[in-house]
Amino acid sequence: MKSQLLNKPSFNQSLRNSLTMAYRGVLKIRRTPEQLFDVTLQPIIFTLMFTYIFGGAISGNVQNYLPVIIPGILVQTVITTSIVTGVQLREDMDKGVFDRFKSLPIARIAPLAGALLADTIRYTIATVLTFTMGYIMGYRPEGGLGYVVLAGLLVIVCAWAISWIFAFFGVIARTASSVQGISMLVLFPLTFLSNAFVPAETLPNFLQWFVKINPISHLVTAVRELTNSGAIGWDLSASLIGAAIVVIIFAPLTVRAYMRRT
Amino acid sequence: MGNVNRMKNSLANSEWAIEARGLIKHFGDNRAVDGVDLNVRAGTIYGVLGPNGAGKTTTIRMLATLLRADAGSARIFGYDIVKDPHIVRQLIGVTGQYASVDESLSATENLIIFSRLLGLGRTEARNKAAELLEEFGLSEAAKRPLKNFSGGMRRRLDLAASLIAQPPLIFLDEPTTGLDPRTRNQMWDTIRRLVDTGSTVLLTTQYLQEVDELADRLAVIDHGRVVAEGTVDELKASVGTSSLHLNIQNPQEIIVAREIIEQILKVKTTVTQDIGKITAPMSNVDAVTDLLIALRQKGIQLDEFSVQKPTLDEVFLTITGENVPQDLKGSVQVEGERV
Repeated sequence: MKSQLLNKPSFNQSLRNSLTMAYRGVLKIRRTPEQLFDVTLQPIIFTLMFTYIFGGAISGNVQNYLPVIIPGILVQTVITTSIVTGVQLREDMDKGVFDRFKSLPIARIAPLAGALLADTIRYTIATVLTFTMGYIMGYRPEGGLGYVVLAGLLVIVCAWAISWIFAFFGVIARTASSVQGISMLVLFPLTFLSNAFVPAETLPNFLQWFVKINPISHLVTAVRELTNSGAIGWDLSASLIGAAIVVIIFAPLTVRAYMRRT
Repeated sequence: MGNVNRMKNSLANSEWAIEARGLIKHFGDNRAVDGVDLNVRAGTIYGVLGPNGAGKTTTIRMLATLLRADAGSARIFGYDIVKDPHIVRQLIGVTGQYASVDESLSATENLIIFSRLLGLGRTEARNKAAELLEEFGLSEAAKRPLKNFSGGMRRRLDLAASLIAQPPLIFLDEPTTGLDPRTRNQMWDTIRRLVDTGSTVLLTTQYLQEVDELADRLAVIDHGRVVAEGTVDELKASVGTSSLHLNIQNPQEIIVAREIIEQILKVKTTVTQDIGKITAPMSNVDAVTDLLIALRQKGIQLDEFSVQKPTLDEVFLTITGENVPQDLKGSVQVEGERV
């Protein structure tokens, strides 16, 4: 064990601690599989609903709408799922075990990073299910399987980055339900005022302006390009840069708020 | 492990495990901790006694780096809790008032995760978990989810988790509150063993009996202040000895009974009129035999007879000159022993 007293956790230790905390998250999911209901049901129901409701109106028929809606619904579902990260973090932090984590000589970021890392399992489930539903309904992405996987990974990475925002809400909020409330308020306009469900060109000018700068639109476009034509474009870079910026801003903010909180 | 022991020894040479000066913590308008000083010598058990809401937990949380003090300073084995929190965390184990373990996981999983976080390898962590579960008599329940654990099992697991790294200083926040007498005795044994291996223990409690059993020194805390400090004997001497309480069946015989008691024990008695209870301070236990014989000879029938140690109520009354505040009273256990 420790032979000398260290003043600060090393980077290696931080990484190890985070992975252990992620392992804890995985164990928790295994113990309470019912918390996966939302990520299993939501992709199935939303994909079915939106496709059949909007398909005829927007693209003439369901078949033509699939390449538009599947990437859109994928982004919407997975990003929405990341709200749960913040909510669960809040619930978790109210439990006594977080006192112990705080009193242990571990990296301060580990309990947060670990929880967020474990939640990528949720995003993966949502991603796989959305694509599967699409496939069952007749969606055959022309980019091929490799690009579909790449698109899935992109969405998971971005959702993980965005989950830091909700983790921040989770740390500063008083109750789990208020986290849910604030997060929905932020996310609802962001996902719907994007090109996820309808082409931006059909919107009034002032909305088009917003839709075009909305980072969600860039992510949706990047996923569409990858799955539908195997193209890697500017939107992909933009999404990754955006994700990086979110993490750079919110990870330290969240950790600091977490350390302040009593 | 050798390193840990060496570390423990070298730290044991530093005289003080805890030195706290003027710790203050506000919660809104409420001064939860209002200038607490503590000096805890390494290798001893130190008790912090006080009713609910006296500021015991808040003090521990500040010393354990869980809560930032508004003012004041503290050192753990010479390391400042604000400047070197990471070092301090390597020297302490904290067992909270509410078990700080993971409800959704099993006992083994809990211990493995804490071990891994403390830098043990995969196999080491597994062995350490098994070893601790064995030591705390939890092996059989190792795989069960904690939801089905009793309060006592949870506390034991909690304490086990605090001992993984064999920290030289252990904070125990009300380790026996809510435990049945048997489990409480087990917990006491465990705490004594800890000190035998060279650890220092700071424990908070509401029970005078507990500090009596365990602690070398203690501080009495009330309204966020230390109102008394010293060895257990010093405190007990200041509070006085046990007292005798007895009810007799026939209220008309109270006067006779008082005379007999005052004659034999050579003390003044008091009577609580409405319930007809006679109370007398008692220093010489042996005299009670004479008293009982005398009462029998006079044909006085007893209804109830008890010897009571000073209660926390009385300690407070003596030290602070005021009763334990009414709103806190419900939490204070009266330690009585029926004879």
